[in-house]
Amino acid sequence: MHQLLQQIFSGLAAGAVYASLALALVMIYRATDLVNFAQGEMAMFSTYIAWTLVNAGLPFWAAFLITLAVSFVGGMAIERIVIRPVENAPILTAVVVTIGLLLIFNSLAGWIYSYTLQEFPSPFPDRTLFGALMTTRDLGVIAVTLMMLVALFCFFRFTATGLAMRAAAQNPESARLCGIPVGWMLAVGWGFAAAIGAVAGIMVAPVLFLDPNMMSGVLLYAFTGALLGGITSPIGAVIGGLIVGVTENLVGTYLIASQLKLTVALILIIIVLVFRPNGLFGTAVVRRV
Amino acid sequence: MAAILELRAVKAFYGQSEVLHGIDLAVEQGGMTVLLGANGAGKTTTLRAICGMVRSEGQILFAGRRLERCTTEQIAGFGVAHVPEGRGTFIGLTVEENLRIGAYVATGRPHDNMQLMYGYFPILAQRRRQQAGALSGGEQQMLAIARALMMSPRLLVLDEPSFGLAPRVVEAIFGIVERIKREKQVSVLLVEQNASLALEMADRAYLLETGYVVASGSAKTLADDPQIRRSYLGY
Repeated sequence: MHQLLQQIFSGLAAGAVYASLALALVMIYRATDLVNFAQGEMAMFSTYIAWTLVNAGLPFWAAFLITLAVSFVGGMAIERIVIRPVENAPILTAVVVTIGLLLIFNSLAGWIYSYTLQEFPSPFPDRTLFGALMTTRDLGVIAVTLMMLVALFCFFRFTATGLAMRAAAQNPESARLCGIPVGWMLAVGWGFAAAIGAVAGIMVAPVLFLDPNMMSGVLLYAFTGALLGGITSPIGAVIGGLIVGVTENLVGTYLIASQLKLTVALILIIIVLVFRPNGLFGTAVVRRV
Repeated sequence: MAAILELRAVKAFYGQSEVLHGIDLAVEQGGMTVLLGANGAGKTTTLRAICGMVRSEGQILFAGRRLERCTTEQIAGFGVAHVPEGRGTFIGLTVEENLRIGAYVATGRPHDNMQLMYGYFPILAQRRRQQAGALSGGEQQMLAIARALMMSPRLLVLDEPSFGLAPRVVEAIFGIVERIKREKQVSVLLVEQNASLALEMADRAYLLETGYVVASGSAKTLADDPQIRRSYLGY
C-alpha cells in the first residue's frame, strides 16, 4: 500500500510535467489546428537557457523567471517569423514546418551545448515527507505546476487579452470584426505555449538530466495526455497528463520493465483513438454540410 | 446631410472573379440605408468589402478615412461594427463574455455599456452566465447586435438580422435597432430580405442585381416603384 501511494505521488509529479506540455500543445492546437511537434525541443532549449543562467551564478528562481520571459518572446517570434508565412498553407505544410523546427532546435542545442548529459540543479531540497510517502521534489514540481495553471486560468478567465485570445481561437473572423488583432493573439498564444513548455523542461530536467534529446519521451507522454483529455480541452490536457503520469509509473513498477514504459503511452494513444477519439473532455467536431 | 460612409466605384473579388462591378453607395450620418436584392446579388459581399474581408478596388470612405487598405480589425477600431451573416456568436463563451469581447475596442466604461445593453435586451441579462450557443436564434441575434453596440460604433452594419427568425421576433429586434439608432445617433447599413419592413425603416435604399446597383434613391421612392413592388414586395 505504502509503495503504491509512493508510486502514485511520483506519477503525479511526472504527470504534472506532461500536463504542462500537453497544455502547451492544446493551446496551439486550439488556436491554429496545428500540433506543434517542436514543443518538446522548444522546452529543452529553454531549459538550456535556464541552465546557462544558473551556471552564470544567478539564483535559481531569477533564472527561472528570466527563462520564462525569454521563452515567451521567443515563442512569439517563432510564430511571427516561421509559422505566419504558412498560416494559410495546407495543414501538412505547417506540420512539416514544426518538424523542421524540432530538428533545428535539437541540432542547435547539440551544437551549442553538446550532446553530453548535464546535471541540472533542483530548486527543492531532497527530502522525504509524510513517512517517505513523497519527496519534496515531487511536491515542489506539483506545486509549481499548480500555481502556473491557476495563473493561466485567471489570465484567460478575467483579463481582456485572455478573453480576446479565446475569442480569436474560437471564431477568428468574428473576432476580427470586434477589432481583435487575431494574428497577434496567435503570437501571444505561441509565447504562452513556449513559456509553459519552459516550466515543464525546468521541472523535469533535474530528474532526466539535461541533453538535447531530453524531451522526446516527455513530448510523447504529453501528446498522449493531450489526446486522452481531448485535444481541444485545456482542462482535459491537464487531467490527461496526470493520468498518463500515474499510469506510466504504476505499469512500469508492477507490470512491465520500466524500460518499456514508453509503450504504455503508445498503447494509450491507440486505445483513445479507437474507443474515444474525442478524448475524455474534447468536443466532437460537427460540421453542417 | 453628410455621408458617414461612401463607396465610389467599388469592385470586389473572390480570388480572380469579380463579383461587384463598381458600385456607388452612401449612408447618411445618423441615417439608415438598406441593401436589397436576390441571393447572390452581392449584398453580403458589399458589406465584406467595407470591412476589409474581401479584396476590393475603388474608394471606401468612412468618416473621412479611406478604408480600402485597412485591416478588418483596424476598421472595427474606427467605429464600424459589423454583425456578419450567421451572427458571429462566440458559442463556447458566455453571454457576458460575448459582450465583453464587443468592448475590446471601446474607449468608454464597458460596465455602463453592458448595463445599457441589458436595458435594451432584458433577456440577455437573465441569460448572462449561460453559454451563448444555448440561446435561441432570436436571442443570439439580440446578443450579436448588443455585442456590436458594445463597440460604441458610429456605423452599425447588419447582415440579414431577420434570417430564420419568427416575424414577432423580427419586429422586436427592428424596434430596438430603430430606438438605438435614434438614441445613440448610430448610422445603420442593413442588408435585408424582408424588403417591406426594411423600406419602412430606412431612409435610403439600393437594389443590387448580379453585382450592379440597378436602382437607388430614398426608401420611399423605391417602395413606390411599381417594378420593385412587384419583384421584391409582392404587391
